[in-house]
Amino acid sequence: MKSVFPILIVLIVATAFGFRYKRLSGRVVATSDKGLITESMIGTALGSRATLVQFSSAFCTPCRATRALLEDVTADMSDVVHIEIDAEANLELVRTLDIRSTPTTLFVDRNGREVGRAKGAPKRDQVLSAISAIR
Amino acid sequence: MTLDSSPGKSSTVIDARGPRFGAVITTIVLATALVTNNLWVIVAQAIVFAIGAIKGPQFTPYAFIYKNLVKPRLKGEVPTEDVRPPQFAQTVGLLFALTAIIGLLVGVNPIFTVAVAFALGAAFLNAAFDFCLGCEIYLLLLRAHSK
Repeated sequence: MKSVFPILIVLIVATAFGFRYKRLSGRVVATSDKGLITESMIGTALGSRATLVQFSSAFCTPCRATRALLEDVTADMSDVVHIEIDAEANLELVRTLDIRSTPTTLFVDRNGREVGRAKGAPKRDQVLSAISAIR
Repeated sequence: MTLDSSPGKSSTVIDARGPRFGAVITTIVLATALVTNNLWVIVAQAIVFAIGAIKGPQFTPYAFIYKNLVKPRLKGEVPTEDVRPPQFAQTVGLLFALTAIIGLLVGVNPIFTVAVAFALGAAFLNAAFDFCLGCEIYLLLLRAHSK
């Protein structure tokens, strides 16, 4: 069976998926009704205003860029903490928080409430506006 | 194959454009395989995937072409990436290519078509959209594996 039909299907589906992937990647989506994130879950004290909890894995190129960006953004914010968690080594936490891909960054307020999450590498302005929305 | 899977630890770092270029050639080869149903095309791609999965993506024939023909013509800062994400993607590609070969050998053509279609989809997404396969499926595989 020599046909161009399968290849057309693949390219159309993959192109649609690719544009959706690019559009949603890094976008901070508001979350609610999630359980509280505590110091014991992430192994470090929460920031006095906000905490950025980044889940990473080894087979993830944008995790590096996300780490560098979040470290840079939080460097001169004394009330915002960035922590990176190895998803593979913390599968129980990954299930509890329903993390499905890496990098996933949770934006957590001072009480440990998750107010937003970004799947994929966020851009600087997306991170800044998400942080400034946390009081 | 030894893939250290801790994200913080630094591993070998390569020119990130190499695997992306490789994905473009892989897309063309897999598209050819899908249209022609030719065993040898998919076998050749499987060998490339195997080299990328076992030795590393910087050692495939596509990486050789990139290093010698493409890279000398590129200017500007070299973007780098950890070798492990593309190596993971090559491993997944190898599994699909082997599945496709088995499908063709036992005469069940739909197995070949579906397996090549998935591999082609992933390679095309990588080439066109910088799609990171490991980011999307590794955690899901882990979660499914260790219930």
